[in-house]
Amino acid sequence: MDLPTVWFCVIALLWLGYLFLEGFDFGVGMLLPILGRREEERRVLINTIGPVWDGNEVWLIVAVGATFAAFPPWYAGLLSAAYLPLLLLLLVLIGRGVAFEYRGKVDTARWRRAWDIVIVLASWLAPMMVGLVLTATVFGLPIDVDGNRVGGPLVILTLVNVVGALAFWGFSLLHGALFLSLKTAGEVRERARRIGLQWGLPLLLPTVALVLAAQVGQGHAWTWIPIAVAGIVSVLAWWCLHRWREGQAFALQGIGLAAVVVALFGTLWPNVLPSTLDPTWSLSIEGAASSPYTLAVITWVAAFGTPAVMVYQGWTYWVFRKRIGTHHIPAVHAPS
Amino acid sequence: MDPLDIARWQFGITTVYHFVMVPLTIGLAVLVAGMQTAWYRTGNRRYLKMTKFWGKLMLVNFAMGVVTGIVQEFQFGMSWSAYSRFVGDVFGAPLAMEGIVAFFVESTFLGLWIFGWDRLSKGVHLACVWAFSLATVASAYFILAANSWMQHPVGVEMVDGVPRLNSIWAVLGNNTALAAIPHTVLGCFAVAGAFLVGVAAWKIHSRHRAAPALTDPAADEDTREDRKLWHTSMRLGAWVGVVAFAGLAITGDFQAKLMFQQQPMKMASAEALCHTEQPASFSVFAIGDVARPDCENVKSFTVPYVLSYLANGELDSEVKGVQELIPEYQERFGTHYPDDPALGKMAGQPIEYVPNLPATYWGFRFMIGFGSVAAAGAVAVLWLTRGGRFPRWRGWPLLAVASIATPFLGNIAGWIFTELGRQPFVVAPNPDPSGVDGVWMFTAAAVSSGVSGGEMLTSLIGLTTVYAVLAVVEVFLMVRFIRGGVESVMPPEKGEDDDDDVLSFAY
Repeated sequence: MDLPTVWFCVIALLWLGYLFLEGFDFGVGMLLPILGRREEERRVLINTIGPVWDGNEVWLIVAVGATFAAFPPWYAGLLSAAYLPLLLLLLVLIGRGVAFEYRGKVDTARWRRAWDIVIVLASWLAPMMVGLVLTATVFGLPIDVDGNRVGGPLVILTLVNVVGALAFWGFSLLHGALFLSLKTAGEVRERARRIGLQWGLPLLLPTVALVLAAQVGQGHAWTWIPIAVAGIVSVLAWWCLHRWREGQAFALQGIGLAAVVVALFGTLWPNVLPSTLDPTWSLSIEGAASSPYTLAVITWVAAFGTPAVMVYQGWTYWVFRKRIGTHHIPAVHAPS
Repeated sequence: MDPLDIARWQFGITTVYHFVMVPLTIGLAVLVAGMQTAWYRTGNRRYLKMTKFWGKLMLVNFAMGVVTGIVQEFQFGMSWSAYSRFVGDVFGAPLAMEGIVAFFVESTFLGLWIFGWDRLSKGVHLACVWAFSLATVASAYFILAANSWMQHPVGVEMVDGVPRLNSIWAVLGNNTALAAIPHTVLGCFAVAGAFLVGVAAWKIHSRHRAAPALTDPAADEDTREDRKLWHTSMRLGAWVGVVAFAGLAITGDFQAKLMFQQQPMKMASAEALCHTEQPASFSVFAIGDVARPDCENVKSFTVPYVLSYLANGELDSEVKGVQELIPEYQERFGTHYPDDPALGKMAGQPIEYVPNLPATYWGFRFMIGFGSVAAAGAVAVLWLTRGGRFPRWRGWPLLAVASIATPFLGNIAGWIFTELGRQPFVVAPNPDPSGVDGVWMFTAAAVSSGVSGGEMLTSLIGLTTVYAVLAVVEVFLMVRFIRGGVESVMPPEKGEDDDDDVLSFAY
């Protein structure tokens, strides 16, 4: 495998890490008003992701930064074409990050309610924007020969891209419910499990539609394999959840996500950003890649850096592995 | 409005805002790690309290640094796609390195530090705060290496009209970067030092006015201990401020000498030096209109020989002025922009090689001026508070609080100077004969051509609005925690019969 293809795979891997990790912390934010009926329950929810959400978000930053380094025209073309959705993504990520940090720093109901609204709104909108932009790179955008967008700021709002937005939104919600059933104790855990059991299928429907659309439109024969895997493990995940094996259900759901990412990036290959106007204007892996020297440099960095990241982030999850229940939550301690 | 102007305003505003947040985080993170080390080594609870108090303020600020940093990374692709395509082969690498090597460490170990007080052993917990704080410095290194490449492109060759990286070591070891990094990091320490001084002076003033001397026998043990804590913090801040300024002066001088070689127009503009002089005098301040490159109507108060020394280390050397530099630039890069529609309203227009003179001239002066004021303040604090003293004059805590702003303003002025001084280039050309010829880019050519002015304006308004609201929220929270003092950040002591399962910290 040549270096550009390696980096295409690395970027797919970084996106997988991001979708898996921030997927569940988006889901926790979405479920805040649904599962967190009392203040202590809402704090249980937020604290399941407290130590890790910031590290999860860095996967996005690295996925985008790696695209800049390895495929500058892809980075430039996609980000400038998707200007408004990305602006909205940035605004809600700003609000969401600050909200987690600031929510408990003043002890009044009004203060907390205001930040809860920010968390929920951001957690609903952010995965939609991520889904929209990622789907747009798989199915292509109206870009001209120079890689610049042709048409207005809203040309990205095609039917399939909207389905993609809903797909990551639904996945995140379900993923968050599974994560919470694994990480919490008491009533929250039971409610989270029930959501997973009752809403699992409807929440994954847009993902099914998205993957099939990609396969029918631009798939290769081999991409049927990950699609089949995704289908099978999703059913198994549901079964495990039913049998109260929440850890296995969560892991299987993760494998399902990996299979979907492989299928989607597989159908995108050998392009990185197809042009919907003229196939010869599409950005391909070979055409958009940086020079062999640059790729070699970042390959060294990634080869040593990425495993280290996985080790110490994995360690964080181990340190904070205990389930959290309302009885673990300390009294609010803020200046009066 | 023209997309180019809006994109420039947005980049300027978001970058300056980000760099108001970041220096305080970097400086405080290292100082907090030091305080926790002192606690680890001595077991003295005063250092634990300091760690918790200053650590809490650092966290309130850190959140803002992180979220505004994401905007920076996306902005190159969104608003400056032509730039991103042109420089991606070299500029993207340090950015990706920052993410993989530094940013992951920062975010992960900060989470472990915040939530790990009772989950990790003392030593491991201490290692987490050091990992976090050193990673913030590493972040600064990679970002400044990328920025320095735009000031002084090295380590590349031109292939098909595009710079291609041929030595990452040249980029990471760029002399411009090696000068900028200590200078910028010391600027971060100056900010953190002034912050410690201002806040601690205020705390002493508001709580211990009645007991100006540390050794007052009337005070009980708790009061005295509290007083000592703020006194230690204040002296620490002042020492950090003094040492940082000494370092800033040395590194700044080194940086200026490099800049005279690499970007002579920037330094000539910084001095409003219109005509070549030998020997050249340093302008302390000017009265009149410095905006005109012909220097009419300007009365400048100067110190002879100093500029020659700043530029070359020799008292009587020649320093080129703006008027002599313009034709040199015109000869190399043309007198007019190419008539290319991608350049928008700049297509076919004459090129203005002189950067905005008032901004560069006063930016340079404000940087040095505010830095000097901060340093003088720190020296004064060290003298006035020697041996546990605290001045009785009522105005001085106010002055200490107000002076928190000075190193921030110095930093802002420094960045505005260094970025505006590079114009009209986004990648400054390399006059140095050892540099690579042909590696330069006009700012006008760097903007995204597929993005409309309306989109840019939407994002400019959206981002500035959110930034403004969050600035108010951050200041509000900071003031609350400062008022609340140490009690508001130390968790209540656990009683005998408390449930051990309760987390020591939770959002």
